[in-house]
Amino acid sequence: MADTAPKPGIAAGRLAPEDYRANFSDLHPPLDSHEAAVEADRCYFCHDAPCMNACPTSIDIPLFIRQISTGNAMGAARTIFNQNILGGMCARVCPTETLCEEVCVRETAEGKPVKIGMLQRYATDTAMAAGRQFFTRAAPSGKKIAVIGAGPAGLACAHRLAVKGHGVDLFEAKSKTGGLSEYGIAAYKTVDGFAQAEVDYVTAIGGITVHHGKALGRDLQLASLVKDYDAVFLSMGLGGVNALGAADAEAEGSDDAVEWIAELRQASDPASVPVGRRVVVIGGGMTAVDAAVQSKALGAEEVTICYRGPQSRMKASAFEQELAQTRGVTLRTGMAPKRIIAESGKVTGIEFDHGGETVTIACDQVFKAIGQTLEARALNGAAATVELAGGKIKVNAEGRTSMAKVWAGGDCATGGDDLTVTAVAEGRDAAESIHRALGAASH
Amino acid sequence: MANLASNFVGIKSPNPFWLASAPPTDKEYNVRRAYEAGWGGVVWKTLGEDGPPVVNVNGPRYGAIWGADRRLLGLNNIELITDRPLEVNLREIKAVKRDYPDRALVVSLMVPCQEEAWKAILPLVEETGADGIELNFGCPHGMAERGMGSAVGQVPEYIEMVTRWCKANTRMPVIVKLTPNITNILYPAEAAKRGGADAVSLINTINSITGVNLDNFAPEPTIDGKGTHGGYCGPAVKPIALNMVAEIARNSETADLPISGIGGVTTWRDAAEFLSLGAQNVQVCTAAMTYGFKIVQEMIAGLENWMDEKGHTSVASIVGRAVPNVTDWQYLNLNYITKAHIDQDACIKCGRCYAACEDTSHQAIAMSDGRVFEVKEEECVACNLCVDVCPVEGCITMVQLEAGAIDRRTGKTVDPEYTNWTTHPNNPMAKVAAE
Ligand SMILES: Cc1cc2nc3c(=O)[nH]c(=O)nc-3n(C[C@H](O)[C@H](O)[C@H](O)COP(=O)(O)OP(=O)(O)OC[C@H]3O[C@@H](n4cnc5c(N)ncnc54)[C@H](O)[C@@H]3O)c2cc1C
Ligand SMILES: Cc1cc2nc3c(=O)[nH]c(=O)nc-3n(C[C@H](O)[C@H](O)[C@H](O)COP(=O)(O)O)c2cc1C
Ligand code: SF4
Repeated sequence: MADTAPKPGIAAGRLAPEDYRANFSDLHPPLDSHEAAVEADRCYFCHDAPCMNACPTSIDIPLFIRQISTGNAMGAARTIFNQNILGGMCARVCPTETLCEEVCVRETAEGKPVKIGMLQRYATDTAMAAGRQFFTRAAPSGKKIAVIGAGPAGLACAHRLAVKGHGVDLFEAKSKTGGLSEYGIAAYKTVDGFAQAEVDYVTAIGGITVHHGKALGRDLQLASLVKDYDAVFLSMGLGGVNALGAADAEAEGSDDAVEWIAELRQASDPASVPVGRRVVVIGGGMTAVDAAVQSKALGAEEVTICYRGPQSRMKASAFEQELAQTRGVTLRTGMAPKRIIAESGKVTGIEFDHGGETVTIACDQVFKAIGQTLEARALNGAAATVELAGGKIKVNAEGRTSMAKVWAGGDCATGGDDLTVTAVAEGRDAAESIHRALGAASH
Repeated sequence: MANLASNFVGIKSPNPFWLASAPPTDKEYNVRRAYEAGWGGVVWKTLGEDGPPVVNVNGPRYGAIWGADRRLLGLNNIELITDRPLEVNLREIKAVKRDYPDRALVVSLMVPCQEEAWKAILPLVEETGADGIELNFGCPHGMAERGMGSAVGQVPEYIEMVTRWCKANTRMPVIVKLTPNITNILYPAEAAKRGGADAVSLINTINSITGVNLDNFAPEPTIDGKGTHGGYCGPAVKPIALNMVAEIARNSETADLPISGIGGVTTWRDAAEFLSLGAQNVQVCTAAMTYGFKIVQEMIAGLENWMDEKGHTSVASIVGRAVPNVTDWQYLNLNYITKAHIDQDACIKCGRCYAACEDTSHQAIAMSDGRVFEVKEEECVACNLCVDVCPVEGCITMVQLEAGAIDRRTGKTVDPEYTNWTTHPNNPMAKVAAE
């Protein structure tokens, strides 16, 4: 039984076991086959469907939904995986309310889009539960490609290259594959070890060798990779975090949100993860919402998201904001951080400038979620230069960087939003571009 | 307030909604509850001759097809006539009729094609106090193999002969129920009339296989790996039934023959359509089997409401109102010219009209930036396909071109005069007539 008196400061085990279970259960429980059939019947099979155009990976949504409605969930899964091998994760994490479902004509017609994400999950779960693979490798091409970073972009690229018969060495700095799917996405969006199950499903194609604990710039140099490999794909995401600067304090309780979320994702039991009794999250994006909602889920009493700008500029979608609010998070806008207050090495509060007025919020823990950055050091370690633009690796429409034989995609590269689905699209398209380039080179 | 009272060949009922002869009317328990729910009348499940009753299969009797949301659109059955002893049915009919004198109770009959068989059963039915009989010449399965049901209904001479026997042997009104499994519904209808029938009722069920089980390659419904054709009914058959009713109503020889309309009646609107095409009442089976007896309450309230809104005071005043407007294709006005029009405010931009017209019709819809769909009047032949595939009711409409306007497809001015194929220059017959 959890103590009746709330634990002061930062502490683990604030809740009873059943509360943790409820708070970290599936955000949207999967559709059963009856629910899927009813929902699939709502699709109009639009001409040149808007949903399909809104999907960064251009999944043929009307087709896969029709396949579900005719009892062919396997065929639906094939349609999805053809375009997006991480269709299972995307079904769980895509902000569909700003992508496919936003433009669904039934949203126009009656304000209730077809639940495309949920149907996608139904189809992909069916195939993955059955262990059904839809791809076989082409005859070995003898070409080798180095992929840096095993997140969604790297995995999508590696898979497509493997399909084409190329050999892939996938270098990953961390000890697990999956990138932010494994370390970042909110726990209640990808329950029951789905991230690793998906990694296994994707790599089952063969021809992909994952090397864990290998970081570019530390263990590997770009200059030598371009010599040793036929092509290199950079997909290391955004490893750095923006600093709060002078407002920050070296004190217990001033934490980076992404790091803390990773710790939570890796914990075997959420009860072991400490969280403040009163938490303030600085930021306005998906990371801020996830840190706030998960703090609440761990039993924090008071959680406040403080965003610098107006609500209309928050990156978190309306759905995410609503989720935060329904989970008991307070949202305050126009709050520019001035100073984290600490006493005897522990955070006790934070001061904001709020339209010229100073507002202080007492708290035990401050999560900084003010954006991630590219760790460009890793690139230039070997004097090989890759041109950047706006702090990201500059790529053209095919994913080519300024450096010969080097492609990039996902969060670390320019173009598109920082979303799982965008990373998948860019990884896949870069693989196609590499394949074309290698084909041309061998002639 | 509209009066729904109905008088069908002298049989009175408080409303024109009867339950058709089928499982809903197979026993006293059902019929009492049906009357309580508001049904104006019933046609009792078909009785056979005295002796050991027929047996039904003990596996599935029904197959079905469904629309979106598993809405039942068509039902098929391989059930036979009542499998309960004759005397039990007769005893129950008598008891029910005694307790519900204001409701119609007609007894459906099917006995072998011999006069003795009919002579034997008619007095037994008469004795129950039933209001009339319906001759089941329609059942397409099981009984036809025994020389009854549609085996009789498909031979006009037999219909005429059996009808005559019945008229000779009972004072009760005789309704002849027609099978749609024939090439021309007028032959059996005219035969019934010649035999002296008081009325016809139609349609009975349509020969059908609803599907095939693709695991064991057996037709549905499947009994131990085999299947057989069954009788199809429900919303899917309504258009077929409406046409057959209309054909009889507008045929000079049968125009005065009362019709009980059957086939897919599910809402008040369906009923009103049957009535307007010449039926004097309707019978319902599948809708009751799908939703239960309560469905009649929607039918009654809906019909009343519509009649009040339109100022129709009695059922009789609606009957046949659409019949004069049913004509042959050759008399349709070729100078009536319409064009599809898409209401941009109602359009949800699904593009189904575009796919339909572009891929399969006349390339008369343009799709422009921002998913704007507009009709190209110079290509539109007014086929109506876009209207039919559009998911938003009323979004696409057919707008008539005023006389004097230019039809941009043909470049011709719209002529106010009525003209039809019989006088059209391209009609070889017309030329013959002109010479
Ligand atoms: C908290 C949080 C929540 C999110 N929620 C959502 C969501 O709900 N929906 C959504 O669509 N998106 C969400 N995102 C964004 C999404 O996770 C990313 O857009 C996506 O993972 C990007 O994929 P990627 O492959 O480009 O990079 P990453 O997933 O970041 O993967 C990069 C990989 O490269 C490795 N790496 C880094 N540096 C090196 C190096 N030098 N050498 C070798 N390996 C290296 C990393 O360890 C990592 O495994 C969220 C992000 C965060 C931070
Ligand atoms: C299960 C079942 C059994 C039927 N049995 C008979 C019958 O015994 N006698 C008969 O005249 N019609 C029988 N019919 C036909 C119905 O009376 C009716 O003509 C037909 O179902 C069309 O009407 P509906 O579309 O409202 O169902 C039966 C129909 C069904 C579904
Ligand atoms: S009415 Fe027919 S021809 Fe005219 S736009 Fe519609 S589908 Fe095309």
